Amino acid sequence: MLSIKNLHASIEGTPILRGINLEVKAGEVHAIMGPNGSGKSTLASVLAGREEYEVTEGEVVFQGKDLLELAPEDRAREGVFLAFQYPVEIPGVSTTNFLRTAVNQVREYRGLPALDAVKFLSVMKEKMKLVEIDQKLLSRSLNEGFSGGEKKRNEIFQMAMLEPTLSILDETDSGLDIDALRIVSNGVNKLKSDKTATIVVTHYQRLLDYIVPDYVHVLYNGRIVKSGTKELAMELEEKGYDWIKEEVNAASV
Amino acid sequence: MSKDNKILEELTSKDYEHGWSVNLEADEAPIGLNEDIIRWISAKKEEPEWLLEWRLKAFNNWLTMTEPVWANVHYPKIDLQGLRYYSAPKKSNKPKSLDEIDPELLQIYERLGINLNEQKRLQGIAVDAVLDSVSVGTTFKETLSKLGIIFCSFSEAVHEHPELVKKYLGSVVPMTDNYYAALNSAVFSDGSFCYIPTGVRCPMELSTYFRINAANTGQFERTLIIADEGSYVSYLEGCTAPQRDENQLHAAVVEIYAAKNAEVKYSTVQNWYPGDKSGKGGIYNFVTKRGICAGDHSKISWTQVETGSAVTWKYPSCILKGDYSIGEFYSVAVTNNYQQADTGTKMIHIGKNTRSRIVSKGISAGRSQNSYRGQVQVMKRASNARNFSQCDSLLMGDRCGAHTFPYIDIQNPTAKVEHEATTSKIGEDQLFYCNQRGISTEDAVALIVNGYAKEVLNQLPMEFAVEAQKLLALTLEGSVG
Repeated sequence: MLSIKNLHASIEGTPILRGINLEVKAGEVHAIMGPNGSGKSTLASVLAGREEYEVTEGEVVFQGKDLLELAPEDRAREGVFLAFQYPVEIPGVSTTNFLRTAVNQVREYRGLPALDAVKFLSVMKEKMKLVEIDQKLLSRSLNEGFSGGEKKRNEIFQMAMLEPTLSILDETDSGLDIDALRIVSNGVNKLKSDKTATIVVTHYQRLLDYIVPDYVHVLYNGRIVKSGTKELAMELEEKGYDWIKEEVNAASV
Repeated sequence: MSKDNKILEELTSKDYEHGWSVNLEADEAPIGLNEDIIRWISAKKEEPEWLLEWRLKAFNNWLTMTEPVWANVHYPKIDLQGLRYYSAPKKSNKPKSLDEIDPELLQIYERLGINLNEQKRLQGIAVDAVLDSVSVGTTFKETLSKLGIIFCSFSEAVHEHPELVKKYLGSVVPMTDNYYAALNSAVFSDGSFCYIPTGVRCPMELSTYFRINAANTGQFERTLIIADEGSYVSYLEGCTAPQRDENQLHAAVVEIYAAKNAEVKYSTVQNWYPGDKSGKGGIYNFVTKRGICAGDHSKISWTQVETGSAVTWKYPSCILKGDYSIGEFYSVAVTNNYQQADTGTKMIHIGKNTRSRIVSKGISAGRSQNSYRGQVQVMKRASNARNFSQCDSLLMGDRCGAHTFPYIDIQNPTAKVEHEATTSKIGEDQLFYCNQRGISTEDAVALIVNGYAKEVLNQLPMEFAVEAQKLLALTLEGSVG
């Protein structure tokens, strides 16, 4: 589904990603872990098409299409979803209204008719249950005055509404208490299928207790330096990242 | 180039939708301004002697006045002697009923989306259509007259209801008020007149649609709305003009009188031609709008959506004379390219327990300059006056300007006056967030801007609100890259 080859990206001339290789197949959950500043969020942003990052080398193919050639909105319409680490506020625009615009633009791109208000609301009701989100929250201005947990839950709700093929969760666990973490993870798990894939970007192992990955990759200095299964995450939790750093540094000497 | 700037480049590429004009045979005054021209206009309109005298008095006052220079707008001096002060389509000659309006004139309005045929019109809105210097027709007159409501062109009111015109003309905006109001008082041509009798709640929206068609002609219309005791009326005003290289002057005066317990809601969607991308052409919109809450418990509410004009100079105001009277001002002003807007309001608290509320939302893009200028004045006897002002500015790109000039003058210690102001930019973060959900940048800007202006748009009557939303999106279309 997703094939990343030798991906290099920089911001304002500073290289951040230095040759990422990653293959993600339908039905899989990949976790990207790593110390702060290793390039985890950059990878998520580059895949979604954030403009500040310049891709200097490499290629990304998503379902047979050159992802890097597509505008951010077209990547979304093709089925790439990014749950933001810091969701932005849009005053005066309700989540409902925002999502209706989004869903219908995505549907239009896919050649589907727009959902009318009634149909849209019934779809919304159904998805609301998945992430245990309150209707009141959805009629408020998007993310304005939301708590950390509400913002993250809202991200997952949007994911449910947009039905992406590839979901990228960028530090979705940050700022969540244990109950919110459980609810958000439950939502993600319910949305998983053998046709979709998930990339979970996280600093801590804790989220992976709830969203169990098939593969774990460790990102350091802009490269994937180690890949493994869930056990690797446990090891990182126990030993921290220093031993990885030492291994990498020793190898490069 | 940053993303914002790219957005702007595209945004500025949008063309003005109502820029067309038609060739109409016109009855025109000679170019220039002097007493003879004023006599010519007055004679053309077969006005009574007292009105001619009033005009001449205004003209002589005007001669002693100078153009105001305090506003934050810059434009070359207007050659007022080089303008034509009256231009009426020949075909507009006094239609007795709507059926007699020349089809060519009807077509102009149809093309603007205004159907003057009562059967075809949305029920619930009566229209007075003003083309250049004259009113070409007013709909639903009879329906309204059954309730005692007078809704007609100003010229007609001068003949049919001289006592009302004489009593109220210049009572809210005196002929000596300011340079442009004085000029308007001398040369005004037509406009709408509306009287709502005691205790009547006007069952439909009343509206005037102003269209400038003729070239090199100033439009000086005059609107007078009188709401008698306990009455209610909601009034709408829309405007467009052809796309021309030279600037055109529009200097209107609107006066509103609200008696005891009366309520007037005045909404404007101003979409005059704003000039081209390089700042050439466009309307100079120098307008004086003022209402007086003369009676106790009366209320006047101004709502404006300003998207057009090259230069806007406009401060719809309320004089809160009656005790417990309320004044409101809701404004969204959008400027793009080289547009300049200096707009705001004055709330003059004279009566006791008077309240006013100001919500101003400025949106600047391109190389435009957008200023809010507002005055809150609490006079000595206005005990317990309250004012709340909120002035927000939204900037798009790094070449435009937003300015806020609040003036607060309090002469009574019991007054409570609050002023809040914010300035923000449409963030790349917001746009990217929308893009990531599959929303195009253009629609994202429309969404964000409409969200930002929501509090004001909510004040507009339904049909207008939808139009205003579209207009906002259109004005800023392409602003996102």
